[in-house]
Amino acid sequence: MIELKKLSKVFDTGKGALTAVDDVDLSIAAGEIFGIIGYSGAGKSTLIRLLNGLEKPSSGSVVINGQNITAIKGSELRKARQKVSMIFQHFNLLWSRTVKENIEFPLEIAGVPKNKRDARVLELVELVGLKGRENAYPSQLSGGQKQRVGIARALANEPEVLLCDEATSALDPQTTDSILELLVDINKRLGLTIVLITHEMHVIRKICHRVAVMEGGRVVELGDVLQVFQSPKAEITERFVAQVTDTEDSQETIKNLRKLYPTGELVKLVFVGDQTEQPILTQLIRKYPVDVNIVQGNIAHTQRGAYGTLVLQMKGSAQEISEALAYLNAESVQTEVMSNG
Amino acid sequence: MVESLFPNVDWENMWEATLETLYMTAMSTFFTFVIGLVLGIVLFLTAPKQLWANSIVNWLTGAFVNIFRSIPFIILIILLIPFTKFLIGTIRGPNAALPALIIGAAPFYARMVLIALKEIDKGVIEAARSMGATTWTIIRKVLLPESKPALLSGITVTAIALVGYTAMAGIIGAGGLGTLAFLDGFQRSREDVTLMATILILVIVFAIQFIGDWMTTRSDKR
Repeated sequence: MIELKKLSKVFDTGKGALTAVDDVDLSIAAGEIFGIIGYSGAGKSTLIRLLNGLEKPSSGSVVINGQNITAIKGSELRKARQKVSMIFQHFNLLWSRTVKENIEFPLEIAGVPKNKRDARVLELVELVGLKGRENAYPSQLSGGQKQRVGIARALANEPEVLLCDEATSALDPQTTDSILELLVDINKRLGLTIVLITHEMHVIRKICHRVAVMEGGRVVELGDVLQVFQSPKAEITERFVAQVTDTEDSQETIKNLRKLYPTGELVKLVFVGDQTEQPILTQLIRKYPVDVNIVQGNIAHTQRGAYGTLVLQMKGSAQEISEALAYLNAESVQTEVMSNG
Repeated sequence: MVESLFPNVDWENMWEATLETLYMTAMSTFFTFVIGLVLGIVLFLTAPKQLWANSIVNWLTGAFVNIFRSIPFIILIILLIPFTKFLIGTIRGPNAALPALIIGAAPFYARMVLIALKEIDKGVIEAARSMGATTWTIIRKVLLPESKPALLSGITVTAIALVGYTAMAGIIGAGGLGTLAFLDGFQRSREDVTLMATILILVIVFAIQFIGDWMTTRSDKR
């Protein structure tokens, strides 16, 4: 669906060249929700703008649905943009237009006649759950409602791809979740391919199928969300994963526990998919003469299954503990010894 | 009562002068609005990183605007006499005042248009581009509506400045309340005529301010 080949973008700043996107190769399948995560300055903003030609690449190509976006311009590019629409962090609605008129805007651009526009707007208002607010101005809406207008507007011309530029970063956690649910719903119902950029691992975890991690303009890690959560390779990915799984409290608790129970081992277990539903811990206690103390636990659901971490304190002889760990590994639960007591 | 306070006022002349002032203000405001808008949009869109980024056009337009904005109006009128004579055929009367009024005020308004357009969130323009809008659509459906309150309050200020300019143009014989106040009032030492002309100018200014404020508030949905 979307093919990026050796894509680079170099900005000519006053102080010299700045490589925002550095030799990126990516392939995104139709109907996929693809996440790109990175800190600010990682180049993800530039990358997403290369996908609809808002930025021109310095080299490389972007092919969407067989059409080379980087090679076209003028009316051909404008036409292509109607099929690759975009939503934004700050919504970017026209304050001078009502909800209805904002959603109508892309239809006016596409030259849809007035009577068809009205019917389509009505459909979209309903789809994003804004019925009854058609005649409100953006200033009268909450952040979440504004983003719903943004989504309706982006869907107006029945695009094949939806680009989300930090679409939930300006929203509170609860509103973020409701917007993410709407995106998943749209993805399933309309079969739309969604590419989103974010700096929040929570967003990736919640809705993405695959993720690319960006740092310094390069894609440093790419894979299935669950797999990336389970075994992050790059250091930056580990930090992003920790955003979702570790809390500051747990670090604190572990430190305290080391003091409280100087004996035994602190072990972190990582469960993925079906294992999260198995009584592995019960089996462990029955089979091995170790004492187990649960320190901290966490489970996160992704689009491709659940992912859980559990920190245990295990007491017993070194022999018993290593046998217990071997059992867990045999059940394909990852283990990591966090401290020596 | 009024007759005794203003013994020297010829009401028929006063009314005619008022109409001339209104005519000059309305005509010059209209053309200033159109020309200022075009100049302002060109200045905005030809700036670096904008849709029509073009340093030569931007520099030329900027220079034109800055030069004509800087010349004191009373000097501009005199400088433009040959041009006015060529264009209108005479240098006397309300129509002859129009070229100077418009050339004096349009650059001033162009600057205000530029400021108004710069206030528009860049994201909104980017959003319109992402939907496949042409630059012309962006001008018509994004730039103008989104900056409407600032454009209206700007033209209000400009129209009020133009009332003042018409009075100055009156000194060289444009007609209107300025001419009346100067020739009938000042030169013949009839203070009541000057005072009455002043009162009428104030009424016009207040009326413009009131209408301008009303339109600005009404258009602002932020």
